[in-house]
Amino acid sequence: MTSLTPVLSAHWDEKDSFTIEAYTRHGGYTASKKALAMDPDAVIQLVKDSGLRGRGGAGFPTGMKWGFIPQGDNKDHYLVVNADESEPGTCKDMPLLMANPHVLVEGCIIAAHAIRAKHAFIYIRGEVTHIVRRLNQAIEDAYKAGHLGNGVDLVLHVGAGAYICGEETALLDSLEGFRGQPRLRPPFPAIAGLYARPTVVNNVESISAVPAIINNGAEWYQSMGTEKSKGATLYSLSGHVNHPGQFEAPLGITLRQILEISGGIRTGHSLKFWTPGGSSTPIFTDEHLDTPLDYEGVAAAGSMLGTKALQIFDETTCVVRAVLRWTEFYKHESCGKCTPCREGTWWLVQILRDLEAGKGTEEDLAKLLDLCDNILGRSFCALGDGATSPITSSIKYFRDEYIAHITNKGCPFDPIASTLFVGVGA
Amino acid sequence: MDTTEIVDLITVVIDGFEVSVPKGTLVIRAAEQLGIQIPRFCDHPLLDPVGACRQCLVDIEINGRAFPKPQASCTIPVEPGMIVKTQLTSTVADKAQKGVMEFLLINHPLDCPVCDKGGECPLQNQAMSTGRAETRFEGVKRTFEKPINISSQVLLDRERCVLCARCTRFSDQIAGDPFITLNERGALQQVGIYEKQPFKSYFSGNTVQICPVGALTGASYRFRARPFDLVSTPSACEHCASGCDMRTDVRRGKTLRRLAGDDSSVNEEWNCDKGRWAFKYVTAVDRLTHPLVRNEAGVLVQASWPEAIAAAANGLKANTSAVLVGGRATHEDAYGFSKFARIALGTNDIDFRSRLSSDEEREFLAAHVVSSSTTYRDIDRADHVVLVGFEPEEESPIVFLRLNKQVRKRALKVTAIASKLSIGVEKLKAEFVKVAPGQEAAALSSLALTAQSIILVGERACESAGVLTAVAALADSTGAKIAWIPRRAGERGALEAGAIGNLLPGGRPVIDTPARVDIATFWGVPSLPATVGRSSDEIYAAVNSGSIGALIIGGVDPLDSDNSAAALEALEKAFVVSLEIAPSEVSARANVVLPVAAITEKSGSFLNWEGRARSFDAAVHDSLNRSDLRILSMIAEEMGAELNLGTVTAAAKEIASLGAWDGARASMKPVNPTDAPTLSGNQFILNSWRRLLDLGTLQKGEENLAGTARQTVAVISPNRAQAMGVADGDLLMISTSHGSVTLAALVENIHDDAIWAPRNSRGSQLLVNLGAGHGAVVTVVKL
Repeated sequence: MTSLTPVLSAHWDEKDSFTIEAYTRHGGYTASKKALAMDPDAVIQLVKDSGLRGRGGAGFPTGMKWGFIPQGDNKDHYLVVNADESEPGTCKDMPLLMANPHVLVEGCIIAAHAIRAKHAFIYIRGEVTHIVRRLNQAIEDAYKAGHLGNGVDLVLHVGAGAYICGEETALLDSLEGFRGQPRLRPPFPAIAGLYARPTVVNNVESISAVPAIINNGAEWYQSMGTEKSKGATLYSLSGHVNHPGQFEAPLGITLRQILEISGGIRTGHSLKFWTPGGSSTPIFTDEHLDTPLDYEGVAAAGSMLGTKALQIFDETTCVVRAVLRWTEFYKHESCGKCTPCREGTWWLVQILRDLEAGKGTEEDLAKLLDLCDNILGRSFCALGDGATSPITSSIKYFRDEYIAHITNKGCPFDPIASTLFVGVGA
Repeated sequence: MDTTEIVDLITVVIDGFEVSVPKGTLVIRAAEQLGIQIPRFCDHPLLDPVGACRQCLVDIEINGRAFPKPQASCTIPVEPGMIVKTQLTSTVADKAQKGVMEFLLINHPLDCPVCDKGGECPLQNQAMSTGRAETRFEGVKRTFEKPINISSQVLLDRERCVLCARCTRFSDQIAGDPFITLNERGALQQVGIYEKQPFKSYFSGNTVQICPVGALTGASYRFRARPFDLVSTPSACEHCASGCDMRTDVRRGKTLRRLAGDDSSVNEEWNCDKGRWAFKYVTAVDRLTHPLVRNEAGVLVQASWPEAIAAAANGLKANTSAVLVGGRATHEDAYGFSKFARIALGTNDIDFRSRLSSDEEREFLAAHVVSSSTTYRDIDRADHVVLVGFEPEEESPIVFLRLNKQVRKRALKVTAIASKLSIGVEKLKAEFVKVAPGQEAAALSSLALTAQSIILVGERACESAGVLTAVAALADSTGAKIAWIPRRAGERGALEAGAIGNLLPGGRPVIDTPARVDIATFWGVPSLPATVGRSSDEIYAAVNSGSIGALIIGGVDPLDSDNSAAALEALEKAFVVSLEIAPSEVSARANVVLPVAAITEKSGSFLNWEGRARSFDAAVHDSLNRSDLRILSMIAEEMGAELNLGTVTAAAKEIASLGAWDGARASMKPVNPTDAPTLSGNQFILNSWRRLLDLGTLQKGEENLAGTARQTVAVISPNRAQAMGVADGDLLMISTSHGSVTLAALVENIHDDAIWAPRNSRGSQLLVNLGAGHGAVVTVVKL
């Protein structure tokens, strides 16, 4: 049976895991030393060889992304780390930065060296004040220790908490001081990104994976995972489970295995549906318990690996209600730039509210699917696409439940039953 | 388009038809070439693509590889091997477009019956072509408070907005005034202003015109008319020498609005707010409607046309007479005045320059400007543009837009020789060569130009001695082109028509015998006066000294002179025939007043600064008013001279068949700059120009427009401000022996010796208040 492979999370249980002392005690900042002695192209090659793929959701090969940066163009290059983690259910980067911020700092040093950037930026969402403080301290300590400031400067930029700013070009706009809205591509960030200079935008987890790859080599990293999805990653388990949390395991592990390791579904209950990678990835049901959770496996089953945010819902949950909540989120977070997402989410919420309240009709279901069809692939960025995923996938698996709301003229579920405080003080 | 440029053509297939278009053409525009209209909102050919509205989705494949989802055709340039399927041949594209249209309409109010845009609305039209007949939306629409003023002249109705960002992109990319922006997010996204800075752009009206819905409306047109009740006439703008193509919309004989016309070689699709909104003067209540003749008691009384014409003819005949024609006459009218002076009055005493002017300027115009042609296209290709005596944004706004376009597109190098750094010059990222007023000539000589360079000379260049001499020398030595850009729409036409003392029509020098013979033969008269005529100032002086006894004046404001006392004295003294649209300082002192047609009531043409004819038809046909030309012909006939210019068409034909002079140009006598005056502690040298929006008579009656005028201030340098203990907002009294003005101080980038104030704004009418406009030494006291 596949077991956990803690690398990033190896020392999270130590009391001082977030300090530079603890990080150094476990070999921290040896990888950057090693990488800085290497030719930048060799670093890129090593990361390419490792098979590391973007952990922000799309799974684009990290080394290849670095290789897109034009070399010898006499322009400033920038590294930007996307720490604007805000997908519903996704909670990997924040715990990582809380427990081990230095691994990201060291990853930035290595990545900046590889793409020949002198400046790196971490764009972090504004709400996570405690993590901002911890990361600031880590950066300050890294400067004091001489890891930063000798060729690479690192700036932590605190965003204002807009979901859209997790989209890389909106993030760049926001970082430049503008309102965050996605940019028209081309030009792609690798050609004209931050301040119209060649820029690499990577997820926190992707960059944090780099120091270990430098230290242990591409082969070590390749030894984990599946054929096309190499390495280990953080799976974030949440919802109706006995032990929610981060589980670092090789790519390709299944939900069944993670549940076995972690202690399973809320006792006395059974799995109803779940997201493999946050709310923007089409939901799965118990029939997908053995789907390998790697990029290809999840895609083959009709969803996306996304951020590996495993949100677990048991049989007490009303799927219509859950989908409505998610849709309200998308409506609230739509940036407004393009019509399908802006107007579509406004409309979807109204139909779903009616359906959930038992005021809908079967025609509404058809209309809902038709509207999703008019949003998916028609919007400016992937946010609009993501907004349709929970709706279309839930209707696919739970059409009967939607119909039950219509025929019952109301929700057949007791919303209290799905809460954690059910039975308390009853 | 210039045919000499080599263009790479790319052939693509759209809906089964092949089309070859230049490299870089967007799919949506390649489709237009085939007559295939893809619906769109955010797309505008003169704005950067944004791909926001998603209305123009089409299916695209390139060399057999199909995009997995429909693409916004307004953002994708054509590529070899591209096959495009629009809504006409792709069910996917068709459904995508219909879906987007449906989304756009769910939050759009159903107020078409009361919306100004109804009837000419791209949303309405495309809802008909691409929308559903009946809505599927049963929910709650987004609502906002009804219109908010984003400036005194532009109102924003947020409910109607489809968030295409055309207005915000125009303001940022074209006007360089990013005063409006999109705020908030999701369906609550809205256009907004910074609360402390309203939408005070000189070009704000364009946003109303390009708004594809009724979200932005003009305060003066709002709720006034339905588009289908308007009769539109192509016209030209009479406000400045930029030469905008315009459209005048009239309902039942009344002009209700004017819009920018579409002329890619001149104003593209833009105009300025003055051109758009300043037309109420035409319908002002005090318009002159009947001829007036001063009776024996000295009172102007209504008279019949024959009476008035006879009175005018008699007065002119009985005296030595001269002609003053303002810079607002059409080319044809100016030609009429020019011919009238020579044939009916037998004089070369004619001048169109009813403003500060100089003899150096007159010679410069004859030697370097008349019959020349520097164009907007030359600006597009220039390697370096020099501005002297010229503030493009204030004095010829479309020239500013063209410069701004090239600065943005290819970082065109602009050098401004001026005393004060203006907002417009700052926006052009120009190199600012700071000189004391009067010392501009010296700065010119140090410039390194090429034959690709252009010197844009404003009419104010004549206000400093030696500047035009230096401009001519610089052009001679470097091969750079000269473009003289007057402020008024009629000046270039009047110059070409010979409404000036040293030139006959077509640039023929008065002192050139063959040129005189040429014209005399053409006009069928035995001979023409051979001496160079007097200038405006000399004409007034000659009246006051008794050598001229009568004046015929069209469209002149004597207060535009820095010696208005002499001008007004002359008007009192002389027998004056005044051709005017409204009562003026001239008509009040005239012996005969003849009402003439305003621009919208007659046809004609202006020559813009390029020398390009901008012709227009009468937009209001049932006006009883006659053109200047017709009246001049009648007076001439009464005097026994044959002008033969009964109609504008006749004049235009005559001008065309006359053609330009092919003989030698007049030469120019160099003029040396004057030395800088020595200044004592509280003395400054005056610098000023007219702002686009000010107290100009053609802006009368348009309060909404006046509300966006720039603040009246006196600008001094930080050094002088410090020395005088002056801070922003302190009151400064600027005085000359003539008078004074008191203005709030603004400490800015200006030459230490200079103080700047607007020439003709509320509280600062320098020519009247100070008897000076530029270069005079003034005393400044902090109050």
